[in-house]
Amino acid sequence: MQGITKSFPGVLANDKIDFAVEKGEIHGLLGENGAGKTVLMSILYGLYKPDEGKISVNGKDVEIDSPRTAMKLGIGMVHQHFMVVPSLTVTENIILGREPTKNRILLDSKKAFDDVKEFCDRYKLQVDLKAPIHALPVGMQQRVEILKALYRGADVLVLDEPTSVLTPPEVQELFKAVSALKNQGKTVIFISHKLREVLAICDRVTVLRRGKVVGTVKANATSLGELARMMVGREVIFKFDKEQPQTRKAVLRVENIQAVDDRGLPALKDIDFDVYAYEILGIAGVEGNGQTELVETLAGIRKATAGKILLNEIDITEASPSKRIQMGTSIVPEDRQKRGLIMGFSVMENIILGSHDQPPFAKGLVRINIKEALNYAKKLMDSLVHGSNGRINVREVLSYARKLVESLILGSRDKTTIAKGFVRLDITQTSDYARRLIEEFSIKTPDKDTLAQHLSGGTQQRVVLAREFSRNPKLIIASQPTRGLDVGATEYVRSRLVDIRSKGCAVLLISADLDEIWALSDRIAVIYEGRIVAVKDPERTSETELGLLMAGGKSD
Amino acid sequence: MENLTEHVNKLNLQVRRLFQRLEAELRASVPKMLPQVIAIVLAFAVGAIMLLLTGYNPFEAYAAMLIGAFGDTFGIGQTFAQATPIIFTALAFLFAYKCGLFNIGAEGQFLIGAFFAALVGISFSGLPSFIHIPLALGAGILGGAMWGFVPGVLKAKLGAHEVITTMMLSYVALYITGYMVNYPFKAPGWVAQTVLISPSAWLPQILPPTQLSLSIVVAVLLAVATHYTLCRTTIGYEVRAIGLNPSAAESGGIGIKKGIILALVISGAMAGLGGAGEVLGIHRRFIEGFSPGYGWDGLAVALVGGLNPFGILLASVLFGALRSGGMTMTRTTHVPLDVASILQALVILFVAAPMLIKYLLKRGGVKWSGS
Repeated sequence: MQGITKSFPGVLANDKIDFAVEKGEIHGLLGENGAGKTVLMSILYGLYKPDEGKISVNGKDVEIDSPRTAMKLGIGMVHQHFMVVPSLTVTENIILGREPTKNRILLDSKKAFDDVKEFCDRYKLQVDLKAPIHALPVGMQQRVEILKALYRGADVLVLDEPTSVLTPPEVQELFKAVSALKNQGKTVIFISHKLREVLAICDRVTVLRRGKVVGTVKANATSLGELARMMVGREVIFKFDKEQPQTRKAVLRVENIQAVDDRGLPALKDIDFDVYAYEILGIAGVEGNGQTELVETLAGIRKATAGKILLNEIDITEASPSKRIQMGTSIVPEDRQKRGLIMGFSVMENIILGSHDQPPFAKGLVRINIKEALNYAKKLMDSLVHGSNGRINVREVLSYARKLVESLILGSRDKTTIAKGFVRLDITQTSDYARRLIEEFSIKTPDKDTLAQHLSGGTQQRVVLAREFSRNPKLIIASQPTRGLDVGATEYVRSRLVDIRSKGCAVLLISADLDEIWALSDRIAVIYEGRIVAVKDPERTSETELGLLMAGGKSD
Repeated sequence: MENLTEHVNKLNLQVRRLFQRLEAELRASVPKMLPQVIAIVLAFAVGAIMLLLTGYNPFEAYAAMLIGAFGDTFGIGQTFAQATPIIFTALAFLFAYKCGLFNIGAEGQFLIGAFFAALVGISFSGLPSFIHIPLALGAGILGGAMWGFVPGVLKAKLGAHEVITTMMLSYVALYITGYMVNYPFKAPGWVAQTVLISPSAWLPQILPPTQLSLSIVVAVLLAVATHYTLCRTTIGYEVRAIGLNPSAAESGGIGIKKGIILALVISGAMAGLGGAGEVLGIHRRFIEGFSPGYGWDGLAVALVGGLNPFGILLASVLFGALRSGGMTMTRTTHVPLDVASILQALVILFVAAPMLIKYLLKRGGVKWSGS
């Protein structure tokens, strides 16, 4: 591909990109979100037409105007989101669009099965061919996608962020499969923003930044640091320096809690751990082993069927979500679009969520101070009945009447004040607060009134962080806090977590990303099928051991 | 005294700011109203074609309607009088809608509110007006609130869908009030109605002999209050949060169940207040079948008004004009009154249909994802 340029309204997605892949290599295409990787590959696959530039395959100039043309030229693509029919079997999915037929009409099921079987054996990609797709784990579905592309005659296979949906063991399987393909003479283009993976699997790597090629390097002649620098344009921190804690005070105590999932099946079985001040406790585990339920139970959204939760030694097992927020629990939910933010709310409205009913944002429109009111009412009656020296002092009566009215509508705030129910949001306070947080957390938004749905994923996460970190939390529960974020945003989120830990906050980090757990945690707890199976010191534990524990194996 | 002056000044400033904000709000909502305006123009165009096909002169009919609705003081008074109850029911629909709830039972809440107000109006005599009127209006609010509370609790505790429960309760209200004015509270005579309420509970009329009463002032104030509540209070904030994303609202510590019940109670109270206004301001008694479907019109007006309190004020004037102008048109040009109903239906169709299409497109649309 030479001089490829593609612009969208307001964005130059690809700027004179030269990109060459040799036959039989695994070529990494690395870049942050929005660097133009997917656009470039979509042009190669005929989904977009380039504004400028030319593409040649095997030395011949070609024009690729549709995926059909791309397939004819031997280019296949596996998208981030699978394009499979869940109810059909593996075989049916693979042959879809190129079904072998009898007499040109009837589907030849036997031949189809044999063809596909022979195919799987040739590429050493084993799948249960008769299983319906929806019954397969994600890694297997992806394998079906790869087989589908190969079945259609792909020599060049484009994999778009293939590992983003996989568990660590599945990633290993995928890497084996990709290596096998290379040995069969196939060419693979591996799109990713994960540095380690690219280094582990690729022969050469091309780095894109803001629509331009930064350079192409040999994988065995480069380093993590160099690639990160090329990708982000500056030095990137991987290991955070942390001071040692001064005290060991348990902020959160979880004592043998149990909870059921949405289907009523046990999801948490005797979960028991403590999180201390000045500590990040990482919870490692393959997704779906109870992490979601654990966060919801700690947030007070899901009921614990047994056990106790203590926050600073106060039992909060039965406390409402709002009570827990007020007591100093902050949560960065795993799904920021579903649980973290209200997309139809402005940045400002999102920033005060959870604190909206507390001062200084909420103010009584009507404040009735009962004690004062009663006091003035009595004085008023007295002055009317007795007066001073038998005569009614008009001035006195008026002044008591005024004070009575005042105490009824604008009484001074104390314990007898009733301001419940109708409470006004102080727009000046909320605006100032929102502006301050936008500044402090560098939230890239046109203004505080922009709707959350118009912000990028990284910016949305900053809004969540700004809100959760700014209400003086004692405990932060961060669930998959960097999922879907690019390198720069990930680094920001992680440094913020370390930062708040150093201030004495207890942090519970739940992540499926082992690198993340490793980089941040002071202790690592492994969750498997709703149980904490081990708590380890990251300094004295190997990655293999942790991987084994996450997969349900026993450690020595 | 200084303290009080300070308060007054502060209050003045706040009122001025409020009006500035309202103005800004109105100005911002003008472009948003464009689809509604186009829909109205289209409705009248299609109506004209229908009139032509059936042998009437559309210009004559529309002119008669316009003159009837706005041509003289009487027409204007009638237009606004017809608009008044619809403002209440539309605001009721709007408030629940902002909480993600479809309260289509405003008709029932309206009727119960009207009946409660009539009861209080009948039961006391000799009370000063400044006590009797608020008391009767309060009874209307209470009745409507009750009729909103029931579906609210059913939804929050049992998950019963509010569309079903509010609609069914509408019929319960219709038949209960019908029974009441046919048997226990029937006034002597042929008509199913209560006796007249005490004059001390009468809402003062504006512009007699039109039916316009002080209720319109209450309606406009309620529109302002609705806007203020939704945008500037914690209740409104929570209601909107629940409506937009219940999961995130829950995570933010907002009580979903409480919010749902509260929204339906407030919604019902608004409709009930409207019913009370009709009884105290126009009929001075509860008459069976006095509402020609104000509750249902409210839903349409809320949609035509772009789900915005001020849009609702404008849209309800349009619907009021169709009703009052329609009557004049029938009298002077012999065009049947049904034309007004047809126009009303066409407006709803043209407003609601694009919304529906947009909604369907959004659901069925293909999403491109990229990195």
